[in-house]
Amino acid sequence: MDPPWTQSDPLLTPRPYRVTRNRRELQDTVTLELESGDGAPLSFSAGQFNMLYLFGIGEVPISISGSPHEPDPLVHTIRSVGAVTKAICGLKRGQTLGVRGPFGKGWPLEAAIGQDLVLIAGGIGLAPLRPAVRQVIAQRDRYGKVSLLVGARTPKDLLYLAELKEWRSRFDLQVLITVDSAGADWRSHVGVVTMLISKAEFEAGETVAMICGPEVMMRFCVAELRKRGVVAENTYLSMERNMKCAVGYCGHCQFGPTFVCKDGPVFPLARIEPFFRMRGV
Amino acid sequence: METIDAVIAEHPFFKGLDPSVLRIVGGCGSNVRVNAGEYLFHEGDEAERFYAVRHGMVALEIYVPQRGQVTVQTVGAGEIIGWSWLFPPYVCQFSARAVEIVRATSFDGACLRKKCDEDTAMGYELMKRLAHVVSQRLEATRLQLLDIYGPAVDTK
Repeated sequence: MDPPWTQSDPLLTPRPYRVTRNRRELQDTVTLELESGDGAPLSFSAGQFNMLYLFGIGEVPISISGSPHEPDPLVHTIRSVGAVTKAICGLKRGQTLGVRGPFGKGWPLEAAIGQDLVLIAGGIGLAPLRPAVRQVIAQRDRYGKVSLLVGARTPKDLLYLAELKEWRSRFDLQVLITVDSAGADWRSHVGVVTMLISKAEFEAGETVAMICGPEVMMRFCVAELRKRGVVAENTYLSMERNMKCAVGYCGHCQFGPTFVCKDGPVFPLARIEPFFRMRGV
Repeated sequence: METIDAVIAEHPFFKGLDPSVLRIVGGCGSNVRVNAGEYLFHEGDEAERFYAVRHGMVALEIYVPQRGQVTVQTVGAGEIIGWSWLFPPYVCQFSARAVEIVRATSFDGACLRKKCDEDTAMGYELMKRLAHVVSQRLEATRLQLLDIYGPAVDTK
């Protein structure tokens, strides 16, 4: 068997991808559409991530935000928060970057068939959930009631605004949007995303919850979901830690007894709950 | 026509209260409809009333110089608005604007205070419910103060 550092291992060696589109979503956030250098689309599950490598600058883990059933082009939404992400956000059409992946475990969409779904996203957390929303819409008859709850700082900070409007117009999807503050022209909710949970339509005993956002937000969401009767076994969170190798060797993303890169990033709450409120984990 | 106590019996804030208590509380209430864009009350007004919203959405606003009216929270069906009627100097701290048509039961604050003073067991029950709402709003406000959707500190 080849050693894990073999040059042929696609999980360890970046494949070149060319930027075919760079669309600005927000002031600090762009969506890149990427085309594989060898033309082969990357098969992935909703909730998985790739390592994006800008040669000579660095590598960062970024969730895939396109549709699993339409893997070409490969879509990533990136917020500029540091040197590497700033450089990636600045890529222009035709420029190249390296892609390793896909990595990790995604959202439990197969296991959730027949259940009601409540999907909760905060800020940039909508990007890792978007593939799940799109997959659910593509297979809408496989699920019960579906609620999408979205929180952002202000109306100007809402990702995928056009798509959110489209989703809101559907009769088979409950989409509730809230922001932390807004002007008088805003006609939706104002307040934290946790307050939307009491307004979501689902049967608690037959519901799977999927949450992605800042960890503190997820903690409060879990508490609200529990008040509504959603159990830990049916609550899934997308965790974020400092991922480097993405294959569970380096240990940078250790979270309790797990590695976020290979055991996550999506975890059932029941698996990680003992470590969820532990400081320093 | 349904009596006020029958209407508020269905509202989550009053749910489970003894019918005799609902009758007393209902005696201070009246049903109101507020059209979209109209105000239930303005910042600085005397806080005379509190509202149990049955339908629609209300934006709680504060005027910020150079920014205008800023909505800091919305309140919808099944929720209540207003607790300034409970404490001197009984002045509204925020404005409340109907985002869409609002149907609510409006209670006379002075009437309710008087009845709570006369029947302290009823008053205690109502204050417990109100304190629960206040604690939920405080928790939500603390979360808003964290500005949680901003970038994480450890960034690449």
